[in-house]
Order: sequence, then C-alpha cells, then structure tokens
Amino acid sequence: MTVSRIEARFARLKAEGRAAFVPYIMAGDPDAATALKILKGLPAAGADLIEVGFPFSDPMAEGPPIQRAALRALAAGTTLDTVLDTIRQFREGDQETPIILMGYLNIVLNRGFKAFATDAAAAGVDGLIVVDCPPEEAGPMADALDAAGVALIRLATPTTDDARLKVVTARTSGFVYYVSVAGVTGVKEADAAAVAPAVARVRAASGLPVAVGFGIRTPERAAAVARVADAVVVGSALVDEIADAIAQNRDAGAKVLETAGALAKSVRSARVSRD
Amino acid sequence: MNTIAKPNDFSAYPDAHGRFGDYGGLYVPEILMPLVKELGEAYAAAKADEGFQAELGGFLKHYVGRPSPLYFAERLTAHFGGAKIYLKREELNHTGAHKINNCMGQILLAMRMGKTRIIAETGAGQHGVATATVCARFGLPCVVYMGAVDVERQAPNVLRMNLLGAEVRPVTSGAATLKDAMNEAMRDWATNVHDTYYLIGTAAGPHPYPAMVRDFQAVIGIEAKAQMLEAEGRLPDAVVACVGGGSNAIGIFHPFLDDESVKLFGVEAAGHGMDTDQHAAAINGGRPGVLHGNKTYLLQDRDGQILEAHSISAGLDYPGIGPEHSWLHDVGRATYLTCTDDEALEALQLCTRLEGIIPALESSHALARLDEVTRAVGKDGLVVLNLSGRGDKDLATVAAHLGRKI
Ligand SMILES: Cc1ncc(COP(=O)(O)O)c(C=O)c1O
Repeated sequence: MTVSRIEARFARLKAEGRAAFVPYIMAGDPDAATALKILKGLPAAGADLIEVGFPFSDPMAEGPPIQRAALRALAAGTTLDTVLDTIRQFREGDQETPIILMGYLNIVLNRGFKAFATDAAAAGVDGLIVVDCPPEEAGPMADALDAAGVALIRLATPTTDDARLKVVTARTSGFVYYVSVAGVTGVKEADAAAVAPAVARVRAASGLPVAVGFGIRTPERAAAVARVADAVVVGSALVDEIADAIAQNRDAGAKVLETAGALAKSVRSARVSRD
Repeated sequence: MNTIAKPNDFSAYPDAHGRFGDYGGLYVPEILMPLVKELGEAYAAAKADEGFQAELGGFLKHYVGRPSPLYFAERLTAHFGGAKIYLKREELNHTGAHKINNCMGQILLAMRMGKTRIIAETGAGQHGVATATVCARFGLPCVVYMGAVDVERQAPNVLRMNLLGAEVRPVTSGAATLKDAMNEAMRDWATNVHDTYYLIGTAAGPHPYPAMVRDFQAVIGIEAKAQMLEAEGRLPDAVVACVGGGSNAIGIFHPFLDDESVKLFGVEAAGHGMDTDQHAAAINGGRPGVLHGNKTYLLQDRDGQILEAHSISAGLDYPGIGPEHSWLHDVGRATYLTCTDDEALEALQLCTRLEGIIPALESSHALARLDEVTRAVGKDGLVVLNLSGRGDKDLATVAAHLGRKI
C-alpha cells in the first residue's frame, strides 16, 4: 500500500530521532523538465518527503511566490496529466520518498474523485492535500482516496480550536499539516515558540506526526521548528529561488537544490534525539 | 445529483450545509473555517432579531431611499407591443444601484459582531463605492481590492472610494481583474482573522454569503410583489434581471420562487458572443466546479483552470455565478438567457430615449431580452424588469463605442 510509504518514512525518522525536511515545489515550474530534475535531485539534497504542488489559476491561500510559481507552471503548459507524468518518472528511480500532492479542489473535482485517486495512486502519489476542501465537504473525496490507498492529509491552523481539531483530524492519515501562521504562504514568519504548544496539541488529538509549514524561510527558522515538530515544510523560499534564477538567467534547478541542501542540513542537525 | 424540489418548496434553500441541491457549500481554507462558521451563526441570530431588522429597515428607508418605485414603462411597453412592462427602479437608490441594500445589511452585522475593519472586492467599483459609502457612514476603516486593470478602467469610481475614505488596493496577481480581487480579499481575511469583516458584493462565496446577500437583496422582490399587487391586483407573469454574481436577480426572484405562475428570467453577459471565448455566461457557457468558497457553474478549461470572463459591463465580468442560480437552472425554475455587448449598448440607448432613464450597462442586458420575455407571457402579460443601476458610471464606455470623445 502506498500509505505505508509515509508511515515507513516517519518510523525511520523517529528511530533516527530527527524531524523530516519536506521541500515544496510546484510541478511544471518553470517547465516540466526542470521541475523533474529538481524533484529527482531533492532526496539526495536531504528531502525526506516531498510536497508537489499542482497549479491552479486561483490559489486563494497562496502568497505571491507560489502564486507566481503557479502562473509560470500554467504558462509552461502544465496540466494534471503532466503533473502525474512527472511523478511517474520520479518514481521510476525512487520507491521510498513519499510524494504528497498539494493543490485546489477544482482540479481534483474536474478529473472526478475516483479517477483522480486512481490516477494519482498509479503515478506513485502517497498523499493529497486539498487546500480549499474542509472536512465537512470532503466525504466523497475521502472515500475515493481511501479506496486507492492515498492518504488525505489535513491542515490545522492557529484558528483551529480543540473542538474543531477533532473534526479536522477525523479520517486523516499519514500526518497532519500545521499551518503555523494566520495568513497565506510565504508572507509572515512562523514563531517557533508559539508553534511548540500547537504541535503538541495537534499530535495529541490526531496521534499522527505533525508537519509545520507556511512561514519557514531560513535554515535558522527551519532548525528551530525542527526541534518541536515532526516535519518542517519549506515552500516559498525554494520557489523564490526559481524566480531569482530565471531573472538572473541562471540554472534554476541547481539553485533550488543548493538551498534545499542547506535547509535539510539544518533540519538534520537541529535535534539529535528526542526521547 | 441534484435534489429536485417539491413544488412550492423552492424558497426553502439552502439546507443546513449551505447547499442549494448540489451547489453552494463551504469550500474555504481551514484558517477561515471558524470565521465563516461564526459569521453563519451571527447572521442567523441577526436575521431572527426584530431589533436588527428594524434598524436595517430604518436605514434602508431614510439613507438608501427605499422603497424604490415600481414604474410602468409605458413607452417601452408600446415599443415591444405586448405585455405591460414595469421597471423596478433600483437605480434610484443612494449610490445608484442595488448594491447598497446588501452593504447596509452586512455593515450592521459586522458592527454587531464587533468587527472593526471592513474589506471588499470590486470589479467596476460599484460594490466598492457602496461599501466605502456605508463605511464612511459608520466610521469604519475600509480596504477595497480591485484588479489593477479595473483600477485603470474605472478611475472615477476609484476617486469616489478615496473621497469616501477607503483605501483602494490594486491587485496585480493573476489577470488583475475581479476574480483576482476576490482571491486577494480572501487572502487578507485569512491574514487578519481577528478584526476583519469581508463584505462580499454578490450572492456567491462560502455559506452563509449566498443566502445572506440574497436575503438582504430580497427587499427588491418583496416590494415589487406588493407594488404589483397594488398596481394590477395580481402577480406578474415574468420577472427579468441581469446576472453577474447574481445578487440583484436572486433578490427580485426569491419572493416569487414559490409562485410558479411567475416565469423567472436571468440574463447572462454574452460579451462578443457565445460562439467566442469572450463572454461571462457561467451557466450558458460553463460547467460546475468550485471557486471562491462555493460549488457552482464556472467558466473553466478542460483541466479545471478558471478562465477570464469578458463583458462590456464590468459588473457582469465574472467567471462564476451565485450557487442558487445554478440550482434554479438545473431544476428548471428559472431560465437563463444571454445578451451580447452590442445588444446591451443598443438596449441602453433604447431605454434612455423612450423612458428618459439611462440604465447601467449591466441592467441593459436584461432590457435587451424584453422582446423575448414579453412574447413569452403574451399580450395581456405583466413583466417586471429589475433596473439594477443607473448608467452614469458607464458614460465613458458608451462614448468609446459610439466613437465620441468626452
Ligand atoms: C448596476 C449593476 N447591476 C448588476 C450588477 C451585477 O451584480 P449582481 O449579479 O450581483 O446583481 C452590478 C455589479 O456591479 C451592477 O453594478
């Protein structure tokens, strides 16, 4: 089962006593070939899991960096099929690194829940995050993902109180993604001190590992969050490297992998062991 | 699957989940869920509170200028040579359109909820002006998101909003038009969760907005029904309104939903024509999907990416439509027609010359279908057309199309 790829990875991380480094990149950004090259290079750069965004024209929870990444990907002709193709090609060389797709509901709905779940599983996808589909609306999608063995990963946020946390973590598997700032991606900075109790609360409610993202840009911040969370997600900072590389006419792939490597190193050295 | 409503049960929606059949619902990022739910509860309490309704009624009467007249358009009637045509004069409201009915309701609710900062999206600037107006009246800070392209196209309304004390933030993301302004307003809301109220301008968005905006606009239909009974002693045979997001249309339709003898016609913007990709007709040219918090008909490509809409009238230039209209279409209770840019321009001039009323380009879309609508109800029929706004704001657009400099 594909879900077990996520479980196996977190079990190994637990044994190693460290948090996961989870880079986020947008499929097809700046083009399919470069994105595939980045994806293939990420495990060696220290990625433990990888989040792959599929672009949507109207990403309402995204700040400017990921908005622009989506537009670049769409301009390069990215479709759901090309996204799944990229993952399929990645899987040919890597059977272990979990891949989590992240995007917006209309693209999933457009394919149909069953077809999406089956196609994603066949391509080697392990989990799915749908930013604009709260648990209240997720029933049929969750059924389809369950049947295909793809984990539905849920978001918890600073506005999620204890009562709501129960709703959010019902029918979820793999891990829970804690959005560490009130706002969109890539704008505010996460406050590690405030993150610690929130992570503990989400972990207790879900019994699952907790990944933290949405406000982590620097190796220092990544290390601070790695001390309290089970996984550290960095997206906008990596995606910005692509924008910079394009602006400077340099190799986008190399820049992203270099930055990912630095972030991974600091996540790995943040915490030698947690009992 | 859509629930097919029992006869005379059309006005009972949405259900407890905010759904009209399969449409509507509540599709927002988790950060916004508690806020949207809080809003739903606060609105339900306000709706049931006579004090709130009385306060709103007072402002609608003395500030907005309600009730608006239901006017027998004798010369338009003679021109089409059939059914009697009545105009519901929403263009006579303060700020010149129906938009203020909703803004007044929502600002009173926002204050009741203790919110201290108002945000809104606007396309043409009509909803932005109406929001800035009520914010000025009640002394609340106001930020209006407007596509950078629209900021250029609608400079007079930008100045109006600024004079009213609102900050207009040009949105450069995406295609820099209304849908992007709405995305940006959602992002602001997600960032300022504690003090901010998002005042949506049409009957769309996550539950409770479609139902709430409809309720605030239903004053149009409630008045029109009573006025028609007074004028003619019976209900109209048809009601017609233009449809952007759908608030003026659902506002006048809703009190008639269970009166099945009353035919309901919405008119979508066909832009350069339904055989082109330059239109804004979500029902006639789109298919169901999820955007901006609700499931509804949307203009989208094969892969589910949302397409840019086009209409000569900025107020109809949106790729979606309120979810209740999607449902009314599917169950067959309302009929959705289309009207091109050119037809709307012609109808604007016709109404102006025959009745001495310059209608908004949006409302002109409804006027352009009077021929079909009057024929559909026959010679002895009665038609009510919702004249949702006045055309002063559109003079520059009209001048450009007539080859005139102003
Ligand atoms: C005069 C007028 N009519 C109609 C509309 C379309 O909106 P709705 O469909 O919500 O009534 C607008 C929007 O700006 C408007 O200004």
